[in-house]
Amino acid sequence: MISSEDLIDEVVNEVLKRLQDKILAPSSPAKKIVQFDLEEIGEAKRGTKGDEVVIGISPAYGKKFKENIMSIPLNEIIREILAGIAEEGLSSRLIRVKHTADVAFIAYTAAKLSGSGIGIGIQSRGTIVIHQKDLQPLNNLELFPQCPVLNLDTYRGIGKNAARYAKGESPTPVTVQNDQMARPKFQAKAAVMHNFETGYVTSGAKPVELRGLFGREGKINDK
Amino acid sequence: MKSKRFQALAERPVNKDGFVAEWPEVGLIAIGSPNDPRPSIKIASGKIVEMDGKQREEFDLIDRFIADYGIDLDIAGKAMAIESVEIARMLVDINVSREKVLKVTKGLTPAKIVDVIEKMNILEIMMAMQKMRARKRPGNQCHVTNVRDNPVLIAADAAEGALRGFDEQETTVGITRYAPFNALALLIGAQTGRGGVLTQCALEESFELTLGMRGLTTYAETISVYGTEQVFVDGDDTPWSKAFLASAYASRGLKMRFTSGTGSEVQMGYAEGKSMLYLEAKCILIAKAAGVQGLQNGSISCIGVPGAVPTGIRVVAGENLITMMLDLEVASGNDQTFSHSDIRRTARLMPQLLAGTDLILSGYSAVPNYDNMFAGSNFDIEDVDDYLVLQRDLMVEGGLRPVTEEETITVRNKAAKILQAVFKKLGLPTVTDEEVEAATLAHGSRDMPARDVNEDIKAATEMMQKRITGLDVARVIAESGYTDVAVNILNMLKQRIAGDYLHTSAVLDKSFNIDSAVNNPNDYAGPGTGYRLSPERWKEIKEIFQALKPESFNTREGA
Repeated sequence: MISSEDLIDEVVNEVLKRLQDKILAPSSPAKKIVQFDLEEIGEAKRGTKGDEVVIGISPAYGKKFKENIMSIPLNEIIREILAGIAEEGLSSRLIRVKHTADVAFIAYTAAKLSGSGIGIGIQSRGTIVIHQKDLQPLNNLELFPQCPVLNLDTYRGIGKNAARYAKGESPTPVTVQNDQMARPKFQAKAAVMHNFETGYVTSGAKPVELRGLFGREGKINDK
Repeated sequence: MKSKRFQALAERPVNKDGFVAEWPEVGLIAIGSPNDPRPSIKIASGKIVEMDGKQREEFDLIDRFIADYGIDLDIAGKAMAIESVEIARMLVDINVSREKVLKVTKGLTPAKIVDVIEKMNILEIMMAMQKMRARKRPGNQCHVTNVRDNPVLIAADAAEGALRGFDEQETTVGITRYAPFNALALLIGAQTGRGGVLTQCALEESFELTLGMRGLTTYAETISVYGTEQVFVDGDDTPWSKAFLASAYASRGLKMRFTSGTGSEVQMGYAEGKSMLYLEAKCILIAKAAGVQGLQNGSISCIGVPGAVPTGIRVVAGENLITMMLDLEVASGNDQTFSHSDIRRTARLMPQLLAGTDLILSGYSAVPNYDNMFAGSNFDIEDVDDYLVLQRDLMVEGGLRPVTEEETITVRNKAAKILQAVFKKLGLPTVTDEEVEAATLAHGSRDMPARDVNEDIKAATEMMQKRITGLDVARVIAESGYTDVAVNILNMLKQRIAGDYLHTSAVLDKSFNIDSAVNNPNDYAGPGTGYRLSPERWKEIKEIFQALKPESFNTREGA
């Protein structure tokens, strides 16, 4: 098992190295899209730190799909969730859940691996759940079933609230949006997206830890 | 080149709907996938050894459950030998009784039953529904929710829903931890509006069962079953675990039904390339095999999927019919937003409304759709006068009755006041007079003052920890002086012991008499038989407030 200190050193070094590469490269105007690479770094372990939130992403997130059902870039969504958690002073870990594409079970898996017991699960289409390890798998702390009404602010708020649950607080739930016409407009598209998503499911595969690497440009790499 | 005609058409509501082409490889096809099996059955030493082309050794969990418990082996051999088109004709023939048809249809395999539906056009499906519905009188169910989970508003809306005639009411939550309050408010509101209305709260299954066991709800419906093994397993379930849950309800004397619907398997990405109706036929047979009295189907929350492919809406009516062909209660959908087009959503309702089902909509949104936490229903409270006029135009039983503004305000106010009293007596967060006033006159949650959500959630959790039951609720209502409503709630609890409302298609009238497929079975056999509007009921339906009467002209100047 890798000690967490080693891991942090490794991450910091890697980030510094990448940043240096970018800094040494000819300067280019700041792009809106921040680079965010996802690198698989081995089987995801149960965390021991009480001040972390684990984010579980679905099998095809960033692989088959780069954007959610409303064409919001998936890397920006992750960035907002991470920022929301960081704003509350907590740390986060990213994992990819491979054995299921069901958002409740993705979140439940993340929660069980989280040192605080709080996890977030998100699918490529953008559906997202905040979970707690002692709840029933199909229960949740906060569920956002209508992905078409979620925007980047909502995702940041979800990260923030997850962190606050991890701190033992009782935050006011992120305002639930309701668009009764989301179904006729998007359900068939969601079904098509989900059939691609389940194509990436590997039965029995363990969740893997991901290393997120921030830079200035680019998109999520295929791994 | 741009045509102004095509631009005008592009802006029509129907063109905001999503449509997709058939994609049989993943099951995006309503009926008749090339991967659907051909019907077959082989029985040896009292066991099905081959079903729909599969040998017993190849059966998955679902096949085995259906083969062992879902099909009546005494009639299966003979029934399967009848040509599908012949069975379809029996279904529409007024000279073949419902009982006689059941002696065939209860012996069919999933592929065979789909083959029968395949032979029927939409009008024939409706004819068959009129005859095959289990209970004689068609009924209706509503949704009562709001986007803020405001309990005062839920109580008022539930009371109005009961007044308007709904037999059953269903709520759910925006925030799960609010659930005990939603269930409590719905129970109080419904029993204030009209004694005997059944209420449920759709939640994660164990939580939902707990609320039922404590008498805060009086039935359950959201016990979902699926047509492929992978979708079951993904939900950590098997047909056996669902049957176990069903018996947990039965053991406590609680009415329950399963839920399924076309499109769910493809929506979850594991349709195995089978058509939506074939997989739904398996779900219906699972419900039959588990021994539950009924099923909610008609695509339900996945209606956008069959709604997007060819002949999807005919197939959705077909799945309701299959449920009836297995002698089960059917709560027939129409409960989720389906189209931007008023023409399309009305057409989607017609098969169930005109033929009549046990619960035509499951449910009708008794609140404006912006407050509907099932993501909106096909019909909402703003459509209610249209719905009442449809009943009157077509002289059809839709389950609703016209109400006056005055009686509605009275009953909403009473429910909000009782909720206020109950919250006070149980030590729950204060309900202010301002909230009671607002809920009395509100159209939706936008008309309500904000509540302290955190305080409510905390109190709702404590209410569960203190194990508050329906009996406690009846007691504090009686102590607050509302004896009539206290008695109604007590009567609902008594049903749990009597058990009569566990019969197929059972609902209660205002005197707590059972109306079910056992004591009021559907005996339709053509014109002059079956359910007919009584003179009293017809009078109620036709007397809408909008209709001018001859005497109104006498009081109008210049008329």
